[in-house]
Amino acid sequence: MSVIEHLPWPLLRQAVAARRGTGDALGRGAAVRSRGTEAKVARTATADRVADSICPFCAVGCGQKVYVKDEKVVQVEGDPASPISRGRLCPKGSASTQLVTSPSRVTTVKYRRPHGTEWEDLDLDVAMEMIADRVLDARRKGWQETDESGRHLRRTLGFASLGGATLDNEENYLMKKVYTALGAVQVENQARI
Amino acid sequence: MAEAHPVGFQWVMEAKRKGATIIHVDPRFTRTSAVADLHVPIRAGSDIAFLGGLVNHVLQGGHEFREYVVTYTNAATIVSEDFRDTEDLEGLFSGYDEERRAYDPSSWQYASGATTAASGQRDPEQAGGVQLQGGSSDSADQGSQGPGGGDSLSTGGVPERPERDETLQDPRCVFQVLKRHFSRYTPEMVEETCGIAPEQLAAVADALVRNSGRERTTALAYAVGWTHHTVGAQMIRTAAILQTLLGNIGRPGGGILALRGHASIQGSTDIPTLFNNLPGYLPMPYARDGLDLDSYIEQDTASTGFWGNSRAYLVSMLKSWWGDAATAENDFCFDRIPRLTGDHGTYQTVLDQIAGKVPGYFVVGQNPAVGSANARLQRLGLANSEWVVVRDLQMIETATFWKDGPEIETGELRTEDIGTEVFFMPSANHVEKDGTFTNTQRLLQWHHKAVEPPDDARSELWFYFHLGRILRERLAGSTDPNDRALLDLTWDYSTEGSHAEPSAEEVLREISGTGPDGSAVSGYTELKADGSTRSGCWIYSGAYADEVNQTARRKPGWEQDLTAAEWGWAWPANRRVLYNRASADPQGKPWSERKKLVWWDEDAGRWTGDDIPDFEATKRPDYVPPAGAKGPDALAGTDPFVMQADGKAWLFAPSGVADGPMPSHYEPTESPIGNPVYPKVTYSPTRQDFDVPGNRRNPARSRVYPFVFTTYRLTEHHTAGGMSRTLPYLSELQPEMFCEVSPELARMQGLDHMGWATLTSGRSAIEARVMVTERMRPLRVGGEVVHQIGLPWHWGPNGLSTGDAANEIVEIALDANTHIQDKVGTCDIRPGRRPRGPALVEHVASYRRRAGLPDDRDVASARGGTLVPGGAGAQADPDGTVARGGPGGPAKGADEESGGSGTAHPGSDGPTDDRGGDRSDHRTDHRGSTA
Repeated sequence: MSVIEHLPWPLLRQAVAARRGTGDALGRGAAVRSRGTEAKVARTATADRVADSICPFCAVGCGQKVYVKDEKVVQVEGDPASPISRGRLCPKGSASTQLVTSPSRVTTVKYRRPHGTEWEDLDLDVAMEMIADRVLDARRKGWQETDESGRHLRRTLGFASLGGATLDNEENYLMKKVYTALGAVQVENQARI
Repeated sequence: MAEAHPVGFQWVMEAKRKGATIIHVDPRFTRTSAVADLHVPIRAGSDIAFLGGLVNHVLQGGHEFREYVVTYTNAATIVSEDFRDTEDLEGLFSGYDEERRAYDPSSWQYASGATTAASGQRDPEQAGGVQLQGGSSDSADQGSQGPGGGDSLSTGGVPERPERDETLQDPRCVFQVLKRHFSRYTPEMVEETCGIAPEQLAAVADALVRNSGRERTTALAYAVGWTHHTVGAQMIRTAAILQTLLGNIGRPGGGILALRGHASIQGSTDIPTLFNNLPGYLPMPYARDGLDLDSYIEQDTASTGFWGNSRAYLVSMLKSWWGDAATAENDFCFDRIPRLTGDHGTYQTVLDQIAGKVPGYFVVGQNPAVGSANARLQRLGLANSEWVVVRDLQMIETATFWKDGPEIETGELRTEDIGTEVFFMPSANHVEKDGTFTNTQRLLQWHHKAVEPPDDARSELWFYFHLGRILRERLAGSTDPNDRALLDLTWDYSTEGSHAEPSAEEVLREISGTGPDGSAVSGYTELKADGSTRSGCWIYSGAYADEVNQTARRKPGWEQDLTAAEWGWAWPANRRVLYNRASADPQGKPWSERKKLVWWDEDAGRWTGDDIPDFEATKRPDYVPPAGAKGPDALAGTDPFVMQADGKAWLFAPSGVADGPMPSHYEPTESPIGNPVYPKVTYSPTRQDFDVPGNRRNPARSRVYPFVFTTYRLTEHHTAGGMSRTLPYLSELQPEMFCEVSPELARMQGLDHMGWATLTSGRSAIEARVMVTERMRPLRVGGEVVHQIGLPWHWGPNGLSTGDAANEIVEIALDANTHIQDKVGTCDIRPGRRPRGPALVEHVASYRRRAGLPDDRDVASARGGTLVPGGAGAQADPDGTVARGGPGGPAKGADEESGGSGTAHPGSDGPTDDRGGDRSDHRTDHRGSTA
């Protein structure tokens, strides 16, 4: 084995690989694999587990593989098994790792009181109770038992809802179910927009 | 499609590699055009004229797929002699009520049993009033906007045994009516309306005709370029007519493919968080005297075809919701469904918010302050609410309107004055929860939770389950009968994990449904009307068949055929091509070997094939329904369109459509030209508009707002930006708001590539970087040159990549069927950045003054209070009467150019184009009547 093979110079490695047929004269494939490259291991290889998922952006529904290490998402890749996407993701789908690990994501409840000038922190449970208070109050304020002709309405126009189209079907189902049971009719979605 | 659905577009390229011709029709030359065989630039919003030209070509040339058309469509059906076409009435159909701006569709019915047909499955007493469903004249307030929703189109019905002429010669048969209607859409008319040369139209028409018939099929794909118009539903209907005439529906490689924009926007429609529907496209009930389950089923749903089983679908849903409390004796709790009285859509709600009528608002994974038409009015709605709950991943504009929204900068609102209480509730993202998305091809795909959501972040499933739980605890013991609906609700989902997350799989199982013994049903055909079965959404029934989460199936594509039936689960019944019985001829044989999909197997006595047949499995092709048959039994073995009451594709819609039984071209809500097709009716006569401060329509043919804008998406961003403008990679790829203009327009207006431009409409003004590109080209239309400006609409002030929202300048003007906005409008464009602060308000007002529109600067008094409504009838009445500018609103009849001169902003001098003449804009013209 020649000493040349142990020299790390890329051009030399490229030339030798091409000559021996183990690489490519244009500097692709094995010709450009250094020891440093060889030592690297993909995050997808060292993940603790992989979850099957679906891209949350457009409606094509590309398959995704979500790689998790130490209970953190470390990478999101296209799923080659998907007959729809065959492993591909567009720029948005490829940015899914940033979507789920974004440092600007807000993960605690924020509260702005009437006429307030700044956000305040609020306990999640307290927020839920406060929202429940307001739902019941608004429901009562907007309640309509009948219309002017006496026809049964039994509804409230006291609150409205506008949902996005990245909600799961199960979520939309619970929304429609509980809103309807409360008598709310102004229940809408991006699907209208 | 290459731009907005790039990974789906790989299949278009696969088709091209196999010899398909790809035609791209778009105002802009895009990434799709670049790889298409033919790009056809079109004036934004003129698609009905273009498609109408193709329909006319097919009909005049006898290019229809005759055997398919005669048997599978209503071409042979005789139409009522009372019907009058737009040809007879100069742009209007019979039944138009100018005061209500609505049609009474009773004259559009089939001739046989016309009184029955008029009702669209309602009883004769009810016939003739409410639109879409045949409606009732007893309720003018309903009729003024109709129950709304193209979604319920297929619930319309027909009388039994419609009179037919299968020679298609009778002058009143649908085929001849259609032929006369579209005869106006000549190549010359298309050129004058769309800016498409006759040679281009001929090239498209020839390609379509050549590629349709027994051996070949053509697919049409569209997105919001068709839906986002005041005539959006009719654009899609024109495509449906074209495809049906060519025999391209229900066959492999055919169809009209709605390219929906979001991961589960299809699911949000199927299990609708939409005001006018219940799950599975059952209409929400409208208030009517004595309405009960029986009369709802009788009047709101067809009795023949698969809607004939509506009672089974609805009762199963009611049982899913109210369990043992729902009994035959109490109508299965049907009276607990709140009643509609009008348009309760999102835009109406926002105007009601501004009027101080809606205290509370949940905004859930949505960003209306950027993403809804007229973004400023969206924010004024938020500012006039008592409380708003925003659930999202990032601090989006809808959550921060009170702190740093555009109206704070202009001084129209002051933070301290805004009384809105805002809760920002952090959401879980898609890898932090289990659940299904429904993609654009009706495919439900399960995504598995990979990690727990951080801190206070929770799924919507968690939020609504626990909110419901708390509300039920609060009301426990209540004696108010109106609380029973909540207290009796089945709400006992099991929870798991440290956050007590409800089980999404359990919810999916409830949606799919269970039988009398409590085990999972196999599909909707098992559902019963007697209360013995449950299913939360009948079209999703079977998603949990065999107690297996069918949506989580992920058998690799390489182990399956092209249909890939074991990847996910498509509604209904895992069918991949709807109405696929039409892929076989009337005798049940494939139209051709090359295009076979499902067929009748005589030996086995059933339908079979490469997809799950969308037909009763053992119904013979020669089956003839007995007289008086109901439900699916009423459809013949040759009726493939099983959701239709007559089993036929409707070339002519006798009911169900608010704005006419056939499509007709009307101009976008704002247009630089008149209507070349029907000169006396400029705009859709039924469109909903709202002539209120902040939503003024630019006058027709205005020289103040002379250019057309149309909004669009980019590959690198997602809707209103909450999931993309916050990500570094995507923000780097598309860093800034821009507008696309042609070199001609740039020269005319002095715009520099990479410089700034200000775009001004009657609503607001925005700034954008200028991209001068030949991708945009001026079109010669109606003897004039029309310049179009392309505007991506993803940006807003928050996030890593910021810019003005295109929706600031978009008017709220809606399709009467769908209540969806028009994305096309007019504006001025000038070099330079827009004015800041109060000068922006003055800038926009100065344009309005010059255009003869109300000044409206007093809208600044919306600050912390109630916006003064601007027009008679502009706000919803308490009973929900439709909101629209009535004839008596202010500033009507004010001709453009007659207002004060522009003084505020150097860029607001008079227009530079050389068009002259009187272009006054009379409101009567707006309203679609004769000028």
